[in-house]
Amino acid sequence: MPSPIDLPELDGLLARGAQLVEALPEEEYEEGHLPGAVSLPLKHLTRERASALDRQRPVVVYCWDSL
Amino acid sequence: MSARAACRLETLGFAEVYDYVAGKVDWLVHERPVEGSRAGEPTVGVFARDDVVTCAPTDRAGDVRERVAGSPYPFALIISRGRVLLGRAPMSALEARPDAAIEEVMDPGPSTVRPHKTAEGVASDLKQKELRWAIVTTPEGELIGVATRTELEAAVSEPG
Repeated sequence: MPSPIDLPELDGLLARGAQLVEALPEEEYEEGHLPGAVSLPLKHLTRERASALDRQRPVVVYCWDSL
Repeated sequence: MSARAACRLETLGFAEVYDYVAGKVDWLVHERPVEGSRAGEPTVGVFARDDVVTCAPTDRAGDVRERVAGSPYPFALIISRGRVLLGRAPMSALEARPDAAIEEVMDPGPSTVRPHKTAEGVASDLKQKELRWAIVTTPEGELIGVATRTELEAAVSEPG
């Protein structure tokens, strides 16, 4: 299971070179996303789309919130 | 949604996957920068003032009424020790039952907005509902403050 993290932990991972993935629809990504994040909407999260990520680096996924 | 996406990435063979559970809202609440077409737009959180009267649920309504009378808003907000919003008590309720505990006269489900919402959007919603204030809380329900429609509309109408 992926580990849930909070903001301080996210900061630490970003300092280690983690990749940010926004799982929201692309239009919401276009309006605003975390710096450097890539858009990988859950509905389109295929092996092909995920191949753009670096498997050697940590991946942090986010959406709007926990609700 | 992020949990499912993170799990999906694990099934696709990614070894080190994390779920930033609190997400974009948490990032914005902490006033971190964002990129995108709407980055930089004023948000309602910027306009949230902390000058509203707050009290504990067991406080006496009559005592709170005195404080509300000297405040900019005709209501008090009832919060927990951790500042989680529990309710809203209008002046009329405080006057009607001054000897009651405020939890007995409060509205336990006031509408709230999250601080990352745009000032323009919240101002529009308030106008549509003929409301003058928005209560701003974190996603966890902690009170941030109250934003006035007047200020939000003024900010939206300012050029640049």
